Parts: sequence; C-alpha cells; structure tokens
Amino acid sequence: MARIDIRNVSKTYPGAATPSVADIDLAIADGEFIVLVGPSGCGKSTLLRMVAGLEDITGGEVSIGGRVVNKVDPAERDIAMVFQNYALYPHMTVRENMAYGLKNRKTPKTEIEARVAEAARMLELGPYLDRKPRGLSGGQRQRVAMGRAVVRQPAAFLFDEPLSNLDAKLRVSMRGEIRRLQRRLGTTSLYVTHDQLEAMTLADRLVVLNAGRIEQVGAPLDIYHRPASTFVASFIGSPAMNLLDAEADGARLRIGQNVIQAGAGFAHRGPVTLGIRAEDLHPAATGLPFRTDLVEELGAQRLVHGFIDGQALVLALDPSVPVRDEMFLTVAPERLHLFDTAGGKRIGTTDVRAVHARVPA
Amino acid sequence: MTDATHPTAASGARPRRRAASPARSEPAKRAQFDRPLLPWAFLAPQLLVVCIFFYWPSVQAITSSFYLEDPFGFGSTFVGLDNYKDALGSAEYQRIAGFTALFTVLVTGFSMGLGLLFAVKADKVIRGRSSYRTALISVYAIAPPVAGLMGMMLFDQHIGPFVKLAAWFGYDMKVGINYNDTAFAMILVSVWKQVPYNFIFFLSGLQGIPASVREAAVIDCRNGFTRFRTAILPLLAPTAFFLLIINITYALFDTFAVIDVMVKDKPANNPVTLVYKVYNDGFRGNDIGGSAAQSVILMVVVLVLTLIQFRWLERRVHYG
Ligand SMILES: Nc1ncnc2c1ncn2[C@@H]1O[C@H](COP(=O)(O)OP(=O)(O)OP(=O)(O)O)[C@@H](O)[C@H]1O
Ligand SMILES: [Mg+2]
Repeated sequence: MARIDIRNVSKTYPGAATPSVADIDLAIADGEFIVLVGPSGCGKSTLLRMVAGLEDITGGEVSIGGRVVNKVDPAERDIAMVFQNYALYPHMTVRENMAYGLKNRKTPKTEIEARVAEAARMLELGPYLDRKPRGLSGGQRQRVAMGRAVVRQPAAFLFDEPLSNLDAKLRVSMRGEIRRLQRRLGTTSLYVTHDQLEAMTLADRLVVLNAGRIEQVGAPLDIYHRPASTFVASFIGSPAMNLLDAEADGARLRIGQNVIQAGAGFAHRGPVTLGIRAEDLHPAATGLPFRTDLVEELGAQRLVHGFIDGQALVLALDPSVPVRDEMFLTVAPERLHLFDTAGGKRIGTTDVRAVHARVPA
Repeated sequence: MTDATHPTAASGARPRRRAASPARSEPAKRAQFDRPLLPWAFLAPQLLVVCIFFYWPSVQAITSSFYLEDPFGFGSTFVGLDNYKDALGSAEYQRIAGFTALFTVLVTGFSMGLGLLFAVKADKVIRGRSSYRTALISVYAIAPPVAGLMGMMLFDQHIGPFVKLAAWFGYDMKVGINYNDTAFAMILVSVWKQVPYNFIFFLSGLQGIPASVREAAVIDCRNGFTRFRTAILPLLAPTAFFLLIINITYALFDTFAVIDVMVKDKPANNPVTLVYKVYNDGFRGNDIGGSAAQSVILMVVVLVLTLIQFRWLERRVHYG
C-alpha cells in the first residue's frame, strides 16, 4: 500500500518523432482506484508500463511509496500487474502460477501456502489449483491472473485491460469482483481500459487521456456532468453526448433557425459547440423541432436518432414516451454544456447541477 | 531428413491432444472421390519412393544379415545369428560403439547448447525487429554446405587455423593421424554444421513465447538466469524434444560425410562411428552379411531411442 506519484512523465519510443506520452502529472493517493481511459493508441498502456518498469521513462519521474523508481528493476518495485491476455505460465499449475513470484522472493513456504490458499478462497479457485491454465476457461484464467497479483500483497496493482478478452456478461461480473477485491484489500490501483463503462464503474478517479496527454482528471460523475472538452464529452457516456453547432449571443443560443435560452450569467458571443446528453432532452408541446430518423429499442430505454435543423442528434427516452416523426424537444438550461468551437475546451457554462454524493458500494 | 523439416514442425505435436473433440462435433469434411482408386494414384509416387528407398533396403539388410556372403560372389550360406554374434562380440565393434555413444552425446549436447545460447542472445536483439530475423534465418539457408567445407579447412594440415593455434601452444595437431586430434576435429566440425539448424528452431521457439508471459516473469523474478530457467526454458521444451531426436539422428547418420573426409585414405588408427563401420565393412571389407547385421543393430538402437524419447520425455514436455 502506497501512493504513486507521476511527475512530468514523458515517453518517446526510439525512432518515433512525437512522444507517445507527454508531460503526465498525476498524484495517486494510497488506496485509490485510478482508471486510465482513452481511445486506442492514446498512450494508456505506455504510461502503465512505465510505472511497472517494463518501459524506460524518457523524461520525468515515477515514485511509488515515496521512492523514485525510474531506475528500479520491475521486480523490485513492489507492484503486481494483470495483463490483457492473462500471461499465465502455461507449464505451471494454478498453484505454481500464484506461488512463483513469492518463491522467487524467498517467502517462507508456509507463508506462500497460506497466501495462495487465501487467494484461492477469495477468488473461488480452490477446485482448479492443480490444473494447468490450458484447462481453464477465460474467466477462470482471469481470476488466476488476479490471484497471482493478490498473493504478492504489493504496494500497487497495475491492470492493463484485464477484462477485454471476456464476454460481455462475464466482464460485468468480473468488474464487480475486481472492485470489491480492491476495496477489501485497499491496494492502490492503476487500471487501463478503453471501455468507458468499465472506467465509470470502477474508478475513484478517472483520467481521460488523449494523444498522450491528460485531457481531464476527476471523479467519474464529475467528468460525466462536467466534461472539460468536446473530446471528453464525446468519449465518456453512452450514447455519446450530442454536440451541435450553435451561435451564442449572450444567454441566447441559436441553433439554425431556433433559439434556446442558456442559463443566466452566460455571456459569450460567436460560434460555440453546444453539448446535450441524450437523456436531458424531453419531448414537449413546443421547443426545438426534431425529425425522427431511426429508433433503437434497448429495453429499459429507447434511443431515438434524428435531426435538429440538419444536425444529427440522439435522445434516450423512456419506452412509455410515444415517438412521433416530428417532435419538439426541450432541455433544461442548466443541462447545457458549452464548448469553444475552435479548441473544444469547455467554456464556463451556466450552473451545472450539483453532483450528488456517491454512495460507496 | 534434417533438411526437409520446416521450423514450424517444432510445435507440430500440439494439436493432437485437442483434435478429438471438435472433430467429432462437426460433420466430417471429407473430400469425395468418385473413383476409389484416385487417392491411391495420388499417393503412389510417395509410396514408391518410400518402398524403394526405405522398405526394400531394410528388408534386404535384414535378410542379408542372416547369411554369410561369399566375398567373390559365389553364393551365400545361411548362418542364423552368427553375424550378430560376431559383431557384438568383437572388441573393435565394442570400442567403436563406445566412441559412437560419446560422439553422439557430445555432438548433440554441444550443438543444442550452442544453438540455444546463440538463439537467446539473438532473440534479445531482434525482438520485434523482423529485418534482423530474416537476416539471421538466412544463415540457415546457406550454412550447411558452406559450414562443412569451412569446417574441414579449419583443420587443414597446412592452412587450418586450429592447427596453427595448436602449434603456437607447441602442440603438433595431426588430424587424420592422431586418434584424439581426429576425434576432436570430428566433433567440432559436426557441431559446427548443426548449430545453425538448432539456432533457427530455438529462435523461432523463443519468438513464439508471448511477450506478456516474459514480462510477467520479469515482474515475478528478478534474477535473469533463474527466470530463464524456470519460466522460459520449460516453454522451449517441445522444441528441444523435437531437436533432440533430430540431433541424435544427425550425429548417428548424417555425420558420415564429415567422418569420411577426415579418415578416408588415412592410417587405420582413427575414430569412426558405427555407421562408418557399416560402410567400411560392407563396401571396403566386402563383408555384406556382417555389415547388414550391424546396420540392423543400428536401426534397432535408433528405434529404441526414439521410442524411449517419445514414451518418457514427451510426457514431461509441456505442449501449449
Ligand atoms: N514498442 C513501441 N515502439 C514504438 N511505438 C510504440 C510502441 N508501443 C507503443 N507505441 C506507440 O505509442 C502510442 C501509444 O501506445 P499504447 O500502447 O500506450 O496505446 P494504448 O492507449 O494502450 O492503446 P490500446 O487501447 O490500443 O491498447 C501508439 O501510437 C503506439 O503506436
Ligand atoms: Mg494498450
């Protein structure tokens, strides 16, 4: 258990013209669960692997538990890593897989046995202890990989997309299992995923990366409700936030021929990008004219795709709400997000609704 | 035999174990031939080659081994197991068998060991860089003939660097005359010829180990040598097992040319292996029956060795 400090870290691969990771600053508190999220190729794995020691650090400093580890061997960093393809040793049994790291660290035999037994109990691996990985299902292998990390009792867990090889259902249950386990052990964790749902559900704090840089850091709901840029807005949340071209004139926003009212206190002139979450739009007697194009039934809700003034839009409606070909939509002024059209950065909006305190699971 | 095998054959044994169940669940995809003879027609050339060059000579050898052939071609007499008794009982045969065993162990051990060592070193350099890999694998394509020739030159009485090196240390190396010198040169050249082959297979085996397994091992084990021994080497076992069989066969049979070049037309006191003795007794000594008996013995030895390897080693070898 330890804190991890990433100070100004950059990585340029040999031969690459631009850095894959640039100037990352991140302080991770003891016991915190940090999720790194971003599109493919944005440098998530690179950053994680630099913390693990599997990749040299080009610039900056990584410290784990107050000790700068830039030059420390991966085995000496007191971290355990869980890989996407599990990376189990195929010639060892489940028990040997879990014991391997401890054996090499000269942990007493009885201690190893106790820890393996405990991990096996926690992860329900008891019946498989003497099997080789090839005799296990994907989910079981994933659990062994977790067990291998857990028995080490490291200062930090590093996860690189550990669930992406599992089917959707298993992914959801393993997600919960990882979260519970991490809570229980209180081990500082750094978790990489490109699945925004996984990111939202697991994280204490979310780090959104874009092209090697941090786009936004914050609690999942803060990021959901106050995305710092159009990039974050379109990446976090499913369906993605609607982004519309609009013209601001003080608190009045013009979308094509239509005018809506932003909240009080917004004073900006010129083109802006207007962001509206799909669930914040509601049909009403008057409002923005919407032409329905396509309806997707998801069961609990229904996604209605269509256009406002030629711009694509999606709404998430309760199945009890009737869908007509032509509708009028309203949105509460405080649910509008406004972004600078040129740079994509958020511009001070009207009041964003208070984020309700999260109830720990 | 060695040249016909492609690197991927190293893992060739893998699918066997799993093959059974999926094959049963789906309808058999069988190519249908209208005429039942057509498949045999396709097989015929291959079968013919196997029969003419393998089965027929084997049958011939077994039959001849029970006869005493007249050296001048005037008929033959059935002598039962006499040829075998003579061969196994002779002191010379026993001495050569001893040398053959030593030779095989050393050639197999060194050529596999060096092949592995070079493969591990090369693997570090070329990981993820395919241009290197192509360059190194081409070594395999040019090596065997060139290596053999160069190997001989290394021990040439006049220009051989090994002879000169020995001379610097005041030792007069006489390959083809001194028993130990010849044995040394023979082993060295045989190893030299076989190393590239083993190197390529080990290298492709190493490249087949997933990067994440190595990385997991890097985190789990600090000591590089222990890590290699406990996490990497076991994964090379299928390759090593395959190479072991190939190398033993190589040492027993395919080194014939090397030995021939070194001891042909030289004084008698030179080390030779059993296969060379078979040739010597049969073609030089005209003792067809005795030579046939020896070759049958050799065949049995190889058969037994291969069976032992499959039965005992394969069980401990991990596949997939
Ligand atoms: N070994 C390497 N050599 C050169 N460039 C690399 C190497 N590994 C990664 N990169 C580059 O660095 C950038 C970041 O890669 P990284 O693997 O960290 O992305 P990622 O965010 O983990 O993506 P994904 O979600 O697809 O796993 C990419 O542009 C990639 O091409
Ligand atoms: Mg990645």
